Amino acid sequence: MPQEKEPRAYRKPLPHIDEESRPWWEAVQRHELYLQKCRECGDLRFHPRALCTSCMSPRTEWVRCKGGGRIYAFTVTNQNQAAGFRESLPYVMAWVELDEGVKMLTNIVDCPPEQVKIGMPVEAVFDDVTPAVTLVKFRPAR
Amino acid sequence: MSLSRKIAVAGVYEHPTRFAPDKSMYQIMAESVRGALDDCGLTIKDVDGLLTAGMGMGPMGIVGFCDYLNLTPNYLDGTNIGGSSFVAHTAHAAAAIHAGLCNVAVVVYGSTAASSRFAIGTGGERGGGDPCDQYEFPFGPTTVGAYAMIAQRHMHDYGTTPEQLAEIAVTMRLHASMNPVAKYRDPITVADVLASRVISSPLHLLDCCIISDGGGALVITSAERARDLKKQPAYLLGAGETVRHAARGQRDFLEIAAAQSGRLAFERAGVAHKDIDMAMIYDSFTITVLSTLENLGFCKRGEGGAFVSGGRLRFDGALPINTDGGGLSSNHPGMRGMFLVIEAVKQLRGECGPRQVKDCKTALVHGTGGALGTRHSGATLILANQ
Ligand SMILES: [Zn+2]
Repeated sequence: MPQEKEPRAYRKPLPHIDEESRPWWEAVQRHELYLQKCRECGDLRFHPRALCTSCMSPRTEWVRCKGGGRIYAFTVTNQNQAAGFRESLPYVMAWVELDEGVKMLTNIVDCPPEQVKIGMPVEAVFDDVTPAVTLVKFRPAR
Repeated sequence: MSLSRKIAVAGVYEHPTRFAPDKSMYQIMAESVRGALDDCGLTIKDVDGLLTAGMGMGPMGIVGFCDYLNLTPNYLDGTNIGGSSFVAHTAHAAAAIHAGLCNVAVVVYGSTAASSRFAIGTGGERGGGDPCDQYEFPFGPTTVGAYAMIAQRHMHDYGTTPEQLAEIAVTMRLHASMNPVAKYRDPITVADVLASRVISSPLHLLDCCIISDGGGALVITSAERARDLKKQPAYLLGAGETVRHAARGQRDFLEIAAAQSGRLAFERAGVAHKDIDMAMIYDSFTITVLSTLENLGFCKRGEGGAFVSGGRLRFDGALPINTDGGGLSSNHPGMRGMFLVIEAVKQLRGECGPRQVKDCKTALVHGTGGALGTRHSGATLILANQ
């Protein structure tokens, strides 16, 4: 069966982007993935925050990720009654641990759900779901 | 903790309804308050503290409920940390009474989740407006899915099997068969659980809690006052509460809030695991029970699969769990923590009939609110009848 394309009108929830998160989402729109690093204590963090989530320092730098990682945990979702998702069942939701050591919640794409495994090497793909929003998903590393 | 055995749960009431299209959430709450007061022989005039939370209430729901019941308490706590709220409320009420802020506190919950057709768990989540939502909701997390990822990881790391998880559901159904008000009472087998459809891998339909209407209430007062009331008091020995979340992307997801709240509760109660005669463990999903037992320290991390096997969790086993049938079979109106406390108190009183645990003197209650695989709260109580 040919894979169903996303319905023409995008019906899944879109992120409520705020002033703290805007630079991160803008980078993703350019197909670049960043984490934040504290200039005081060196702690890496995701999600983006104005203050370090270890020492509360406001001194932050952005660190570009290569986009590689491994699947830490996943589930093949067969039931979700929400608009947008109910049309795209089954789908794979996962925590991916980036090579930098930070985990992100995401979808695994371009892979039959029954082949998804914990520990599988994956790479980031940038899905431009609307003209204003790009989502970071992952596919098996090539 | 310094308030150990100074405060008691004096009255409890579990609303028998499982489907109440003819009642509002508030009516179920009012009937539950009346039931718990009747249980211990107090009246609404004695109540000067109120604690509540609910899915159908607004952020100021407790004020609206006071209006509904014409109450003007001296102490209010509308803490909402999900399904564990009422477990935490029990400890909060104890602290308030111990500090002299009120004398008789009522903890109450009501819900019409089933008759209002809430799709709890698989309705798709859009969040409450927290900053973290934007990084999660676009990817389709469901409550089931967020727990399923914990199960998947546990199976990967420790070889835990679907059969081991299924035994938890089978045991809860056995207990429900001895609870006349449980929603699902027909026995099931491990094969039935494994044959039910997979909702979010590796969790099957029968690994998931049911959806019902329901409600309940607790009356909490000083141990001294409780001793003069109608029923055997259930004394609070110790309590703990906390949260676990993504921890800036650096969490070990198999460590859950119970590790911290449980440690605090045991330390404060001054009892050991071997002293626990039965436990009420929030069973939103079978994996919730397994993970909670490990994190509370009843077995080592990774040994949960073997621990829940071989009938250990049955009412006549070594560590009876959820003797009312739990959220997996008795009732789950969205926030189940209330029923954990009620059944533990009934067991300590010896009121449980065919499902009564023999010589039940000390019980542990652990509530989970939210989702183990994203963010959640955990609250633990240790109660005893002496
Ligand atoms: Zn820092």
